[in-house]
Amino acid sequence: MNILKFFTAGSVDDGKSTLIGRLLYDTDSILADQLEALQSSNRKNDDGTIDLAILTDGLRAEREQGITIDVAYKYFQTEKRKFIIADTPGHIQYTRNMVTGASTANLAIILIDARNGVVEQTIRHSYIVSLLGIKHVVVCINKMDMVDYSETAYNAIIEKYKVLAQQLKLADVTYIPVSALKGDNIVQTSQNMDWYEGESLLHFLEKVDTDNLDKSQLARMPVQWVVRPQTEELHDYRGYAGRVLSGTFNLNDKVTVLPSGASSTIEKIEFFDQAPAAAHAGQSVIIHLKDDVDISRGDTIVNASALPQESKLIEADLCWMDTRALDTSIMYNIQHNSKITRCKISEILHKVDINTLEKHAAEEFKLNDIGRVIIKTADALAFDLYDDNRANGSAILVDTRTNLTVGALMFRAAVE
Amino acid sequence: MSTYNFDYLDELEAEAIHILREVAGQFEKPALLFSGGKDSITLVRLAEKAFRPGKFPFPLVHIDTGHNFEETITYRDQMVERIGEKLIIGSVQESIDQGKVVEQTGKNASRNALQTVTLLDTIAKYQFDACIGGARRDEEKARAKERIFSVRDEFGQWDPKRQRPELWNIYNGKIHKGENIRVFPISNWTELDVWNYIRREKIDLPSIYFSHERDCITRNGQLMAASPFLNMDDEDVVERKQVRFRTVGDMSCTAAVESDATLIDDIISEISDSKISERGARLDDKVSEAAMEDRKKGGYF
Repeated sequence: MNILKFFTAGSVDDGKSTLIGRLLYDTDSILADQLEALQSSNRKNDDGTIDLAILTDGLRAEREQGITIDVAYKYFQTEKRKFIIADTPGHIQYTRNMVTGASTANLAIILIDARNGVVEQTIRHSYIVSLLGIKHVVVCINKMDMVDYSETAYNAIIEKYKVLAQQLKLADVTYIPVSALKGDNIVQTSQNMDWYEGESLLHFLEKVDTDNLDKSQLARMPVQWVVRPQTEELHDYRGYAGRVLSGTFNLNDKVTVLPSGASSTIEKIEFFDQAPAAAHAGQSVIIHLKDDVDISRGDTIVNASALPQESKLIEADLCWMDTRALDTSIMYNIQHNSKITRCKISEILHKVDINTLEKHAAEEFKLNDIGRVIIKTADALAFDLYDDNRANGSAILVDTRTNLTVGALMFRAAVE
Repeated sequence: MSTYNFDYLDELEAEAIHILREVAGQFEKPALLFSGGKDSITLVRLAEKAFRPGKFPFPLVHIDTGHNFEETITYRDQMVERIGEKLIIGSVQESIDQGKVVEQTGKNASRNALQTVTLLDTIAKYQFDACIGGARRDEEKARAKERIFSVRDEFGQWDPKRQRPELWNIYNGKIHKGENIRVFPISNWTELDVWNYIRREKIDLPSIYFSHERDCITRNGQLMAASPFLNMDDEDVVERKQVRFRTVGDMSCTAAVESDATLIDDIISEISDSKISERGARLDDKVSEAAMEDRKKGGYF
């Protein structure tokens, strides 16, 4: 059994919370006391049934306003898989929350109201999915019960969406007609849509290929911590602790340590009481090198045959996440894995209108703005392009005045 | 490309180890909040996996209400002895003696709420800048929205509206003087995940997690262990019951469930079938729908 992390964006009106509530409810993931709280709540559907959306509305402010203002994480599992849902609001003022929720997901659910078809927010949500490089997309055409489960209506919508998917280079898109409210095609295949030959949403989620097994050749491990017991019997012990971001390290692999450029060979891999022959993407291990090289937190161990880019000038997509606008005259901290260094945004290349996908020149960058910038760092970063290696191609910006996380960066090119 | 088996417990474990090492790398004076409960016991095992053969880069901190299950304290002391790490105890009794908090009165009196003051005092005394805790997002809906690195102000308060975005696996631990960060490495685990991990790792637990006979009374529809810490009166009927506890907390607010589960396997099948979530067994969450949110804002774990 493995984990699938998925992301849902949608507005209250799309029935997104109802969809998630339905997944939880129909997979028996709601416990008695939660159900009791639900039933005693005074929010009900028009027909008196439980409003499943309440299950995902966490904070009191949200309950009062009936909206989701943050990222909520929900968990459920079936016999086949454990699921982690990042549930985010879909309005444009919560773009940063969507970007946050999308950053850890390997599948996105895009909800389309069957009565309205592809609308402005569909474009916005799909753009965020493509920007954050989410591999799999499931487009749920929801509220099919409101359009008499019409195949024609469904087909018209997916034809339109295919154009958008092509424009955004979304490679793997699956379409499912559903009614979250009635439960059609969520867990059980619907009796109301004989014309639909695909699987239910849950069934699809259970078997879609996850990215947990990273097949990339780009072996990368940022050093988080140097283990040095300094006891008598472990006098010379020096292990580099970190989580393998991508690729595989094997014993005797030639590696390079960045930024120093020092070369060495992997002598030993440790995981608590085990000494495996390889360390794979996702695993947290300790690596020992044959040579005595100077390594500390913030350095990255990489395989010598596939080096990352190294640059102090990087072209990147930026999503601005703070109420205080970007100031191109001041320094920020950039945090790239375990490395933190100073930086400046030296140029704004363009901003994207995420409702229309149009690019335009811009002087300022405010909350929820997304666009392309050039970033200049004090120390060179050893990075990969985001589309090649998400984990080593992303970074955050931190405002040193407030310590807030103010920007999300996806590296697109090293500037020569 | 070699294949390898990396299942959901491996992935959750690797993520938690990564988070613990980020704490070690980013903070000057971190601490691990240890309650003696299964979640913090799991954290100790994860810390061993993150830092051995080195020492933990933080002490364990126990906020002791004085109303403990004896079994928990025995377990705590034996575990500290085994792992050879430092334990700091913050005492709620001391906070009461110093007049910083006042003991609740009445039938439902509990020291659970008083812990917050002792915790904040302990943080201030040792100047901890990060406190690692075993909270999980599946426990409660306010927690579902909390970050893995969760900033608290000088007064220990959590402000849900001013949470930092947390992207990819990058954790921003920068704080101002006086603030601290609560870190939740097992945020993405469910109760069942924790139990499955405990089984897989063969981790010992305090005996109160398993079925045993105990004198109990019924309060607000829940079974409570009869103890000197519970304000009992003539209306309370003491009954001998076969019970176990699903969480370990202050004796005056942790409810028991009737159970014959004597082995971890029994517990796992009990939870899988169960219709009561774990926090449902804590009286203090039942007070209002927004109870947890309010307590977190006030500096609770």
